[in-house]
Amino acid sequence: MNVLVCVKRVPAPGSRIVVTDDGLEIDTTHLGFTMSPHEECAVEEAVRQIEAHGGSSVVLTLGAEAAVEQLQHALAIGIDRAILLETDATGWDAIATADAIVEALRTEAANGTPFHLLLFGNEAADSGDYQVAVRVAHALGMPCVSGVKSLEVGDGTLSARRDVRGGAEVLTAPLPAVVAVKEGINLPRFPSVPGRLKARKKEIDRRPQAAPTARVETVRLRVPPEQRSEAQVLGRGPDAAPAVVDLLEQLGIVER
Amino acid sequence: MILVLIEHDAGEVESTSLQALTFARGLGEPLRGVAFGDGGVQALEAAGGYGIEAGTHVRAEESHAVGAWAHALADLAASTSSAAVVAAGTDRGHEILAHVGARASAPFVANCIAAERDGDAWNLARQRWGGSLLEDARVGGPLTLLTVALHAVAADAAPDAGAVGVDEIEPPFSEDDQRVRKTAFEAMDTGTVSLGDARLVVGGGRGVGSAEGFGDLDALATTLGGTVGVSRAVTSAGWRPHAEQIGQTGERIAPDLYIACGISGASQHMVGCRGAKKLLVINTDPDAPILARADYAVVGDLHQVVPAITAELARRRTDDRHHER
Repeated sequence: MNVLVCVKRVPAPGSRIVVTDDGLEIDTTHLGFTMSPHEECAVEEAVRQIEAHGGSSVVLTLGAEAAVEQLQHALAIGIDRAILLETDATGWDAIATADAIVEALRTEAANGTPFHLLLFGNEAADSGDYQVAVRVAHALGMPCVSGVKSLEVGDGTLSARRDVRGGAEVLTAPLPAVVAVKEGINLPRFPSVPGRLKARKKEIDRRPQAAPTARVETVRLRVPPEQRSEAQVLGRGPDAAPAVVDLLEQLGIVER
Repeated sequence: MILVLIEHDAGEVESTSLQALTFARGLGEPLRGVAFGDGGVQALEAAGGYGIEAGTHVRAEESHAVGAWAHALADLAASTSSAAVVAAGTDRGHEILAHVGARASAPFVANCIAAERDGDAWNLARQRWGGSLLEDARVGGPLTLLTVALHAVAADAAPDAGAVGVDEIEPPFSEDDQRVRKTAFEAMDTGTVSLGDARLVVGGGRGVGSAEGFGDLDALATTLGGTVGVSRAVTSAGWRPHAEQIGQTGERIAPDLYIACGISGASQHMVGCRGAKKLLVINTDPDAPILARADYAVVGDLHQVVPAITAELARRRTDDRHHER
């Protein structure tokens, strides 16, 4: 089985997001970068599926050279090969991103690597578009299951579980298929030291991209007005307990 | 015309769809509601009070929902020359509109909080980072798909609502739409209060220190009849299951009171607890970012403060019993 996993490099914001002066990007001067959380789980899931069923895995991202950091993280965990759709351009909306991924996958198929399972994160942490996986699935004529919290791959089919209101539902689909996963599907491992060393020796397959034409154009980013409140300090340490219980009574949480 | 997807539970319209209807009413075009499955007609009639002029009930089967539903919506958008399809920003709303967008080669903009027609284009404001950041965006083209961010617009009935003419259609049938099939539904245990519905949540973060450390929080939550929730640091450390995670990649909560213990207040977590009516923070660090959002605070070690609160609750209950005697 060949498994593909798509990831995105995103800033790791702390308690507050700051926007650059031109209003078009997040000011990352004081921020680190990470892989979008759902996608960390997608990478772990790709490695587990290959461990269980055999085959090979590929991690793909679209972004600048710096995104090699996230590709190497995936390689260090056990992904076999990495593709960077290299671009410094902005304006990669969901449609343009999906188109670039589809083109790369057609190239892979033409070179003898058709994928049976395509894993994505349900939505990227930064843009939150909820659609790249679905668009890729439609373009390649594959079924797509979103919001997946548990995945079993059998002989030519998959079974996926996801949370819905009031419970969970189980869906089945034939392979090849696209699956968009949510954090919680697994607990991603940390890369080992030998894993990291091995990852650094693996070559990154770089494919330069032409600048995209965005259909959804970002005009400006802005931080919503902060809802600051002045906290009423009820006390310090365990001595504050009576004041806390008074508050619980006052709010009607417990009866007076 | 604008189509609005009406999500419903056996004919009862979801509150999030009422919010989406209120949003759509401000877009300046006549609205047609679209509801799927049993109870759809009833849902469309109820949605009339929120400003739809017409409704289409799609007699769909639940077992192959998304593909067939998206197919029906895309066909309907084309046959009615609709300028937009609007849905609530629920998992299902996002999923269906993504499929409609892929099918119709139309742009889909998720989690909008405002929209304005500008010639053939839309000027939109939408949430990113779970709402920690807003984006003003512009999108053109004959068909645009929008989801409305949850709880960003208050549901408001239309002042001049009339009767709704409902037509019924069979969903278009294609083999491809049937490939994803629902084979089972597992209902949640009755008696458990889900985080999303809990009136009181006791939250724990990295400051709890270990899996065992949650004993103090479990005891307080049990005493108060509340539910325990955690930050991402806690699930990443494997101390608690992911189902308990509050945040951008976990659950959104809206309790009367959220007691956040040993949580610093990263934006990933704060977008999950924005719906709490009141926030009580228990933290050793008086400068923790979460305090900027707190209504009440206790500065101190949660492992001393939380058991003291549980003990004080028990003491007062015992006193009450003595009084009753």
